[in-house]
Amino acid sequence: MACDQGRAQLDAYLDGELPGESMRALDAHLRTCPACAADALTRVQLKRAIKTAGARFTPSPEFYNQIQKKIAGKPRRAWNVGWVLATAGFAVVLVAGLLSTYLERQNLRQQQLYSELADLHVSTLASANPVDVVSTDRHTVKPWFQGKVPFTFNLPELQNTDFNLLGGRVTYLGQVPGAHLIYQIRKHQISVFLFPERLVGWRGTPDVSKERTFNVESWTQDGLRYVVFGDVAPEDIQKLSDLLKSSAKS
Amino acid sequence: MPLFGQLYNFAHWLAQNREEAEDLVQETYVKALRGFGSFQPGTNFRAWMYRILRNTFLTSRTGLKATMTVPLDESENGPGATVTSDQPTQEALLIDRDHQNLLQAAIAELPVQFREVLLLCEVEEMSYQEIADTVGVPIGTVMSRLSRARAALRANVQQKLGRC
Repeated sequence: MACDQGRAQLDAYLDGELPGESMRALDAHLRTCPACAADALTRVQLKRAIKTAGARFTPSPEFYNQIQKKIAGKPRRAWNVGWVLATAGFAVVLVAGLLSTYLERQNLRQQQLYSELADLHVSTLASANPVDVVSTDRHTVKPWFQGKVPFTFNLPELQNTDFNLLGGRVTYLGQVPGAHLIYQIRKHQISVFLFPERLVGWRGTPDVSKERTFNVESWTQDGLRYVVFGDVAPEDIQKLSDLLKSSAKS
Repeated sequence: MPLFGQLYNFAHWLAQNREEAEDLVQETYVKALRGFGSFQPGTNFRAWMYRILRNTFLTSRTGLKATMTVPLDESENGPGATVTSDQPTQEALLIDRDHQNLLQAAIAELPVQFREVLLLCEVEEMSYQEIADTVGVPIGTVMSRLSRARAALRANVQQKLGRC
């Protein structure tokens, strides 16, 4: 890039208004041309100085109060209604903006949690030793977690159902310790995760939902967040969830 | 009240007078509230408020006088004059010495069409598009005015420093 061309674009570059390709070209030129780099530095200094010098005038508190009184405190009814409506309008615009940002963040966090759980589920099943306590007996599996997770829980009786308990292991999600139980139905394995409810950023799904090709049901009960996760049909996820819910009540 | 301090600062720069700035701000809020129905949600609220203030100023006696005395010549819609810095050390000196008053005087002496885009860009940190929406001109014109505002400011600053 020639110096003349570069300098013609310097202001837009420093204002952050140069398109990506031109920005990169000028960036490269500034790294190799001391004269243009010095010019850019001077312009940056001037920009900063103008920003400081330009923020020059401050309204007096008296004027602020006067405007507030005139606008908000005017006895004319029509004007008051206008002010109220306009303020409500401002508030709606502001709240809508904040809410959409909040929901976007929540949604992103939720996707991250599902993604981590999917990883835990898949990596556990892929492991040669998927569980640390190998037992089909809930009275063996439950006590094994004592002292390993900061909560206790009940596990369902599986007689007369298609489900089998394979065992469990301690797991972590976002540095929170939890219980990871593996159940089997036919040839499919299902993960059941239990975490303290304070697990940040989780929004429950009211029904079985499909996340990253897995079926998931999640709810809170007695201070615990349950997540049932697997590649089986939604009905099977629902059945196992119902069994867990009723056992937690007992 | 949203944008109160910023609008006042901008109004004072335009009117160059405290009383007029206060009148401008007051009238801006009154107009904004009356015309809030015309504000389209999803569009730029800040640009809308500044546009009201600016239009109020331009129709005031001071505003009319200010715009009548400014010649905006042929390069208005051009790509903008190339501004080169022949004496960069002069500006660096200005900042080193913290001659803020001198710089403020130089800004105040800029023609109003240059002063407003410069302040919207540097102080309010508006994008070119926002400035174009506020001032009601194409982006090319914004760039051209900014470029000329900066060139005029540099020349003025250098001249003032030369006199120091």
